[in-house]
Amino acid sequence: MNFDLSDDQKLLVETAASFAKKESPIDRMRRLRDDPIGYEPAMWRHMGELGWLGIPFPDSVGGYGGRFIDAALLIEQLGATLVPEPYIPSVILAGMAIERAGDDQQKKRWLVPMIEGKTAMALAYAERHSRYDVLDVATRAERKGATWSISGEKVFVLGGHNADHLVVSAGVAEAGPGGIGLFVVARDTAGLTVDPIATMDGRRAAMIRLDGATVGEDCALGEPGAAGPALEDVMDLASAAACAEGLGIARTVLAMTVEYLKTREQFGAKIGSFQALQHRAVDMFIEVELCHSTVIYAGLAIDDPDRDERQAAVSAAKVQLCQGGRFVVRQGIQLHGGIGCTDEHDVGLYFKRMQVLGALFGDEVYHTERFSRLSSFTADIADASKAAEQAANSQRVSAAGE
Amino acid sequence: MDLSFTPQHQKFRADVNAFIATAIPPDIRAKAEVDAGFDMPEIMRWHKILYQRGWVAPHWPEAHGGPGLDPTSRFILSEELEMAGAPSLSPFGITMVGPLLIEFGSDEQKKRFLPPILSGEEVWCQGYSEPNAGSDLASLRTRADIVDGGEGDGDFVVTGQKTWTTYAQYADWIFCLVRTDSSGKKQDGISFLLIDMKSPGIEVKPMLTLGGTEAFCETFFDSVRVPRANLVGPLHGGWTLAKALLGHERTAIAAVGMSQRMLRRVKRIAGYTVHRGVPLIENAEFRARIARAEIRLRALQMANYRTVAGAQLGRAPGPESSILKIRGTELHQEISELTMDVIGHNSLSWFNDGDVVPAIEAWVPQSFNYLRAATVYGGSNEIQRNVIAKNILGLPMR
Repeated sequence: MNFDLSDDQKLLVETAASFAKKESPIDRMRRLRDDPIGYEPAMWRHMGELGWLGIPFPDSVGGYGGRFIDAALLIEQLGATLVPEPYIPSVILAGMAIERAGDDQQKKRWLVPMIEGKTAMALAYAERHSRYDVLDVATRAERKGATWSISGEKVFVLGGHNADHLVVSAGVAEAGPGGIGLFVVARDTAGLTVDPIATMDGRRAAMIRLDGATVGEDCALGEPGAAGPALEDVMDLASAAACAEGLGIARTVLAMTVEYLKTREQFGAKIGSFQALQHRAVDMFIEVELCHSTVIYAGLAIDDPDRDERQAAVSAAKVQLCQGGRFVVRQGIQLHGGIGCTDEHDVGLYFKRMQVLGALFGDEVYHTERFSRLSSFTADIADASKAAEQAANSQRVSAAGE
Repeated sequence: MDLSFTPQHQKFRADVNAFIATAIPPDIRAKAEVDAGFDMPEIMRWHKILYQRGWVAPHWPEAHGGPGLDPTSRFILSEELEMAGAPSLSPFGITMVGPLLIEFGSDEQKKRFLPPILSGEEVWCQGYSEPNAGSDLASLRTRADIVDGGEGDGDFVVTGQKTWTTYAQYADWIFCLVRTDSSGKKQDGISFLLIDMKSPGIEVKPMLTLGGTEAFCETFFDSVRVPRANLVGPLHGGWTLAKALLGHERTAIAAVGMSQRMLRRVKRIAGYTVHRGVPLIENAEFRARIARAEIRLRALQMANYRTVAGAQLGRAPGPESSILKIRGTELHQEISELTMDVIGHNSLSWFNDGDVVPAIEAWVPQSFNYLRAATVYGGSNEIQRNVIAKNILGLPMR
């Protein structure tokens, strides 16, 4: 066991922290809330030049190392000032979907320009009825000769408003019931309608309609109809990434709040000297520490070959984010008092982003339920049922003997 | 960064489990399987078995009879023992006064007191709190007057009352904080004494805890004579020792392994308890509550791992370790409350009078009640929060 950062990781964290502070302070995000794109493509390219957009991808597709935990460390730092560039939508969601489901040629074709920051992508996975079950897909893809024709609607496609390519999930009838395919659809494809929307956290997304949008065979990622497990894995990566960003947010709000408690005076004293507020701040600190622990856990376990182990770690982290992370930002507002309730103060920006992160990729109820269906949780119960059965049998035997 | 244990540590875990499989006596194992509470004679029997194996005091240096285990191995040992439900040892000798003597005691004191602590020949209890000195420990008033031969270096005569002296009824010795000076700041007039419980003038009155067993005691001192040689550290210098001790205790009582065991139990019970044809574990509310508790446990376990990994590299406990006591004990309570809810009417039973509930549920009400103390002892969780507010967050004090 070792939780120390390597020298490379330390350098990455320091560089990212300094970038967030100097090149993208929170005011930048505040300003870009009113921009139709919501971020700056030039900054995206700059992040590509820094090598950041390639971190979770293997070297063979132009990536840098391919360790998810490194991306998580970066995302945490970007969370500290709410850097608005679409790292999770483009790199983690669409990028990792291509990485997990695509063949070598497809990876090179779409990942290389994205890693350089020349393109941005988005993953269209959510539908109105689907909540967090990414396998519950009504959008359909049909083979027509050497092409695929896709029809359906996708909602709240993160970063979809400005994506050059959309990775779209769709049911594939020829693969049988439950067969899911992932298709790369270029922005200018006929039959594709992208309606940009603003989201609560000051970012942008899109509602998307596909009306017989047609793509070539080479745009179906991997074996058509077999992308379900890859899509689920990508949701876990995105959950873990959301937890990392949430950790950066929680840390920042804690620091901001403690600072406020040390300077604000009421009743002739610093309000941080009041025990009720001290204990609240300590409870925030505890939740930050637990968020930190679960983010490390999820970030490392996500590479575990055992699917249940991965999912247990991710679900634990996501539940901790939804409970503990949200507690931190809610109390952050409370302890700032009136000013915290205004749009002028930054704490509200963090609060909104945390709320959104909690609602993405499975909420508290979804992950609690999923956690409770994994073998790591159910093993003890299975033992119990077996014991109960044995006890019942032995009673029956003894009753028969009497 | 790496989550896995080294091959050596994995082997050590296997060794610990092999030992546990054979070393726990059958009657103690039977009680462990139903998570029963252990009495002092059982605890001391287990103490002696661990002593024989050399594992009774994992954190003591080898020079004083410790096994020379590194922090990770110590953690593995305690985790596996907790998971197996083995009796937890009385901490007062092994965890508290022993390390303190190793750090602050004279050579004579070490030679006299350490071996019988290890072997379990002498049982210790703690004399800290008083009726009017609980969280505000420095307000203690039990007085130690020096019987002066003119040089100020005579024996002590101790008079006063200590409370929450857990297991004092079994103890051969008590370590006490006493007031030797009332002239200055209250922290500056406290000394640390070792007192023989057989001394004339000591009276012990056991108290029932909410759990229905006699763990706490009140201990009265009426002009008890204590040899000068039993003063540990400098005269009036006891507060430093007291603070060092609270630090030892905090990390020791997070007991994540115990939470893990309690969770396994509540899952088993919810698995076999059938209501309207469906096991309780399939009741959405119960299932979610249990899952949330297990998620909290995992988070705490990772915080614990981080502390252990830091210790392994020789670092002082970081901020993550300060939360262990608070969250560890809150989790014990949460799981015990949950278990009470799961067992329904069976939670009305008391020491399974009339033999009316399954053995695995028999101790649930007792431990639920006893565990109310978990957030109070070892520095109440509110005091822990004060400490974090001041030392980690740097918030101003009044």
